[in-house]
Amino acid sequence: MDGRTGRDEPDAGRGTPAVVVDVDGLDRMIRGLARAGYRVVGPVARDGAVVLDDVDGVADLPAGVGDEQDAGRYRLTGVAGGALFAHTVGPHSARRFLSPPRRTLWSAARDGDGFTVDGPAADDPPVALVGVRGCDLAAIAVQDRVRQRSPHPDPACASARARAFVVAVDCARPASTCFCTSTGTGPAAGPGHDLALTELTDAHGHRFVVRVGSDRGAAALAGVPWRPATAADLDAAARVVGDAAGRITRRLDPARARDVLAAAPEHPHWDDVARRCLSCANCTLVCPTCFCTAVEDVTDLAGGHASRVERWDSCFTLDHSYLHGGAVRGSTRSRYRQWLTHKLSTWWDQFGETGCVGCGRCIAWCPAGIDLVAEVAAIAGAPGESGP
Amino acid sequence: MAERVATATAGSPTRALAGRTFPARYRVATRRAETPDVVTLDLEPLDDPIPPPRPGQFVMLYPFGTGEAAISVSGLGDGGTLQHTIRAVGATTRALCALGRGAVVGVRGPFGSDWGVGSPDLDGLDVVVVAGGLGIAPLRPAVHALLGRPRSGRLSVLVGARSPADLCFADELGRWRRRADLHVAVTVDAAAPGWDGSVGLVTDLLAAAPFDPRRTVALVCGPEVMMRLAARGLEAAGVAPERIRCSLERNMHCAVVRCGHCQLGPLFVCADGPVLPWATVAPLLAVREL
Repeated sequence: MDGRTGRDEPDAGRGTPAVVVDVDGLDRMIRGLARAGYRVVGPVARDGAVVLDDVDGVADLPAGVGDEQDAGRYRLTGVAGGALFAHTVGPHSARRFLSPPRRTLWSAARDGDGFTVDGPAADDPPVALVGVRGCDLAAIAVQDRVRQRSPHPDPACASARARAFVVAVDCARPASTCFCTSTGTGPAAGPGHDLALTELTDAHGHRFVVRVGSDRGAAALAGVPWRPATAADLDAAARVVGDAAGRITRRLDPARARDVLAAAPEHPHWDDVARRCLSCANCTLVCPTCFCTAVEDVTDLAGGHASRVERWDSCFTLDHSYLHGGAVRGSTRSRYRQWLTHKLSTWWDQFGETGCVGCGRCIAWCPAGIDLVAEVAAIAGAPGESGP
Repeated sequence: MAERVATATAGSPTRALAGRTFPARYRVATRRAETPDVVTLDLEPLDDPIPPPRPGQFVMLYPFGTGEAAISVSGLGDGGTLQHTIRAVGATTRALCALGRGAVVGVRGPFGSDWGVGSPDLDGLDVVVVAGGLGIAPLRPAVHALLGRPRSGRLSVLVGARSPADLCFADELGRWRRRADLHVAVTVDAAAPGWDGSVGLVTDLLAAAPFDPRRTVALVCGPEVMMRLAARGLEAAGVAPERIRCSLERNMHCAVVRCGHCQLGPLFVCADGPVLPWATVAPLLAVREL
C-alpha cells in the first residue's frame, strides 16, 4: 500500500498512532490469524441474514451488503461502495462462540456397580472474532462479569474467552433498532478489542483505520502492509462514527429503566405485552448478554455412557422456573416481566450494570414486533421515549 | 485414564474442580425409608470428599444418567459421610430414592448460604426452629449443631407434618422430647388412629414455645405457604423479620450462578440463598409468579 510495508509491529497501548491497511491488508491479517492457530469467525451473508461463521479471507465477508431493521423486521439490502461492514448486527453474536449453544460439560461411564467421571475434551482452538461491533464488544464484557459472579466459573468458557482475539469494527450504518448511544456502547468500538477498524470507502480508497488495543493485536499486524494514519484518515474515520451516532434516534435511559421496572412488578401494562408476546424465546436467543443454560443427560442406547450436555435456555420456557408441582412463572405475563425486569433492572442488583447493550436485536427478531424501549416507556407512563 | 477427573491425582488441573464443577463419587452406605415416599441415604466418599457442608447448605446429587437434583444435607457423619433425606417427586429424585446400598452417586457441593448456627452471634439468643414436612431435613443438622455445644439461650423445635405417617425422623424426635435442654412440639394436619399429639398448623405451636421474641432467632423451612404463616406468627409474637431465617426452594439447576434458573428478583437462590432473612424475601414472595 503506497509502496510501504510495515515491517515491525505497531506498538500497542494508549496513544498508539493508528495505522491504515487496505482490503488486501485485512485479508492478510485474517489469513495470518488462521495460520497462528485461530478459528477465524466473521460476518457472512447467508439465508437472508448476516450471520457469524468461519471465514478464510475478505472474500467471505458480505461486501456491499447492508440491512434494514425495524420491530419484527430484518432485510438485507445492497449498499454502494462495496463496504465489507455496511451491515449492523444480525441474529448471531460473540456469545455463540464464547459460550456455545450446546457443549458437553462432563460425562460418566458405567463401571461395575458404579461409574467413572470424565472431564470435557481438550480445549477447542481459540476463536478470532472479526467485525465485532461496539455493542457486542460491551456484551462480551457483560458476559465476563456474569461469569465472574459464579463461585465456580466454568473453566472451558473462561479459557475460550481468555484466548479469544477480537477485531472490532466501528458502526457506520446503524439500524433503526439501534440505541447504543443510550447505553454508551457505540457506534464506535470501545475498549476490550485487540484491533479496532473504521472502514472508509471515500475518494481516497477502500481502507481501514486500525487502532491497536493489545500486544496480540500489534503482533497480528506483523507481515501486514500498513502505513501511519494521516490527519485526513483520522478526520474521515471520526466523521463516519459521528454521522452514525447522529442517525441513532431510539433512546433508552438505562438508569431510569432500572428504577421504572423495579417499581412496576404489578403494572397493568404487563398484561398488554402478554397479549402480544408469543413466549417464543427469540429475544433471549438473539440477545448477546442472555446467559441462561440448561443441562441435560444424554445417554447412549445401551445405557453405559451418559454425557452432561449444556444448552442455551430461555426464561420464556416453562421448564426454566420448574419446581415439583409446576412452574413458578406459569404465565407469559410473568415470563416477559422476568426477562425485561432482569435485563434492565435486577441485572444492576446482580452485576452492577444494565444487562442491555443497545444492539436492538430483540426488537428486530421478535415475531410480534415487541419493542422493549417502547414497553419501558409505556410502563414509565411517558408518551414514548423512542423515535426522534 | 489420566484425564479422569474422579480419579485424578494431585497436580492434575481438574482435581480442584472435582466436587464443584464435576461430581465426586460417593457410595450409598445406608438407606432408610422415613415415610412411604421419603428416603434417607447415608453417603460415604469414594473419591476425595467434598468440603464439609454447613447446616443449611445443599449439594447436587447425580444418579448415573438421570440428571442432577439439589438436595439439602440432613445430617453429617464422621469421615465425610453425608446424609440426605429425599422425597421422590421427579425423575431424578425417584432415581435417587431407588438407589440401594452400595450404589454410586455423584456429589457436587456444598453450595449456598447456611443457617449460621456455627456463629457465636447466636450465643445467648433463644432459637426457634420451625419445620413443615420435609423442611425438617435441612434443619436437622442445625439442631445437632446447636445441641452439640454449650449455649445459654433456649432451643425450641416445632414440627408439622401432613399426617403421623408423613413424619420424618420420628424416632429422633422422640429422643429429643426426652431432653431437658430442648422444647419439642409436633403437630399434624390430619391425625390417624394412635396419634395422641396435636392436630393443627405448626404455627399454633409457637404460643407454648419458650422464647423471648426480642432475643430470638428463628430458623424456618417448609412449603412456601407454611413459611409465610410461620413468619407472620413469629413477627406477630415480636421477632424481627431480619432474625427470621427461611430456606427457599427454587429451580437450583446448576448451583453455581451460571444457569439463571433459580432467580427470585435480584437473588440467585443457589448462592445468595437458600437461607435468607425473611425481611429480604417477604417483598419478593409477595409478588405472584416472580
